[in-house]
Amino acid sequence: MSERLFRIWRGTAAGGSFVEYRVDVDPGMVVLDVLHRIQARLANDLAIRWNCKAGKCGSCSMEINGRPRLACMTRMNQFGGAEMIAVQPMKTFPVVKDLVTDVSWNYEQNRRIPPFRPKPRPADGQYRMRQVDVDRVQEFRKCIECFLCQDVCHVLRDQSRKDAFVGPRLMIRLASLEMHPLDTEDRVPALREEFGSGLCNITRCCTEVCPEQIQITDNGIIPLKERVVDRYFDPLLGLVRKVFRRK
Amino acid sequence: MAEAARAGGHIIGFAATTRTDRWWVGPLLTVLGLGGFVVYATWAAFQGSHYYYGPYLSPFYSPLLFIDPNAPGAAPLGQAWFGTWPSWWPSFLPASPAFLILVFPGAFRATCYYYRKAYYRSFFGTPPGCAVGPLPRRRYRGETGLLIVQNLHRYALYFAIAFIFILYDDAFRAFFRDGQFGVGVGSVVLLINPTLLAGYTFGCHSWRHLVGGRLDCFSCDRSSALRHGIWKGVSILNVGHMQWAWASLFWVALSDVYVRLLSMGVLRDLSTWG
Ligand code: SF4
Ligand code: SF4
Ligand code: FES
Ligand code: FES
Repeated sequence: MSERLFRIWRGTAAGGSFVEYRVDVDPGMVVLDVLHRIQARLANDLAIRWNCKAGKCGSCSMEINGRPRLACMTRMNQFGGAEMIAVQPMKTFPVVKDLVTDVSWNYEQNRRIPPFRPKPRPADGQYRMRQVDVDRVQEFRKCIECFLCQDVCHVLRDQSRKDAFVGPRLMIRLASLEMHPLDTEDRVPALREEFGSGLCNITRCCTEVCPEQIQITDNGIIPLKERVVDRYFDPLLGLVRKVFRRK
Repeated sequence: MAEAARAGGHIIGFAATTRTDRWWVGPLLTVLGLGGFVVYATWAAFQGSHYYYGPYLSPFYSPLLFIDPNAPGAAPLGQAWFGTWPSWWPSFLPASPAFLILVFPGAFRATCYYYRKAYYRSFFGTPPGCAVGPLPRRRYRGETGLLIVQNLHRYALYFAIAFIFILYDDAFRAFFRDGQFGVGVGSVVLLINPTLLAGYTFGCHSWRHLVGGRLDCFSCDRSSALRHGIWKGVSILNVGHMQWAWASLFWVALSDVYVRLLSMGVLRDLSTWG
């Protein structure tokens, strides 16, 4: 058991400040355990959102020593002995109270995405897909909607362009639909215009923070950007398509 | 640096962050590495001399479109695709064969998805690090404004693929001095160069898309199954794209340095030719 110093931001959208807490930490604890101990012993009114404590519900997203992380997956033993630990709510979303933010903007974006529109069923009524065709999509389905990638994305976080870019989480949702072997909807024009694929400058912070290790940029956003290039920026390919009348 | 705090206690301003780790090491190394390379490559391209020794041709100067055979350390005239240096070449530009071709590999690397990340972070500060304040700007437009040219990357790729063949041809010639087969340190250096370049080029994101990534169904017909196989291979190279990018960048500069020093008489090449 050792005593650690925590600096937790306390307040609401109207304002607040960092408050320091000294607390005993047991071996094997994660940051969320320590926050719960602080809540139990020192600050009963500390607001934290959490649910599974297993890195699977995506509720406990916050910024720990400036890095967007899941509190339940951040082990205490990675911090140096005397290091003070700063805990803040996510920057990109409005604060509700203390460490809890209002992430509803993400759900609003999700509703704007044209839904899955499957091909007609074959004569026997059975859809068939091969594993090789759904591997790519399955990577994106690992998303736990923690929105850490949305939090770290500088386009949303610092450049105030929520008006023009849906963010990495929604880009991989778009990728999972666009690459689906049964889907027939065409989202490429919307990708460019409404969802803002050109706003992402592929600086990869989303991939660095994703707790599910989804290769958001390499497997999701860059392939989508290339599909936009196919449609709008590649005259040669356009010509080939015209000549061979292919999609 | 930090200008103000807001709800949540986040400080705002260039390079402002609550991070306590050394996030700036990466961008700093990138500035040194890329900056050093650009400075050296520009200098070397301006020389117009000492780019050839024995059968070795510096990759900065390949292919040789025109040659000024009077320049010290120039290649023999027979190596030029189009003969002697044109008289109409404006005198305020250096008479260097590197000048005519470096734009192609330059454009390829400048529009590469990896290098974009690297220089957007380290040179443009958008953002300098993750969860670190970016350089303030009036209205961020990403790659929709001027930078829309990045969308032409695949065209630069087509040229880059041609360069791999040209540089392998140079490597092949580097094993024959005066028609006699042999091996020198320079031959090996010039063989590794296009090999690293191929590892870099064939791991390209645009290439990965073109060979198969653009398909939604990999098993729908015979050709899509084949393309899936190629896509999987490219994906393996693609995972290490950053490493290939740096290794090939370093090696192309090293190749030039090596040929240059031989040509200037500073170094001696170990070889079977004696
Ligand atoms: S790679 Fe694109 S989506 Fe991801 S954090 Fe950077 S700008 Fe945002
Ligand atoms: S993509 Fe990763 S970081 Fe983004 S919301 Fe999903 S799990 Fe979280
Ligand atoms: S509590 Fe569920 S992810 Fe942390
Ligand atoms: S993405 Fe790096 S070379 Fe194309």
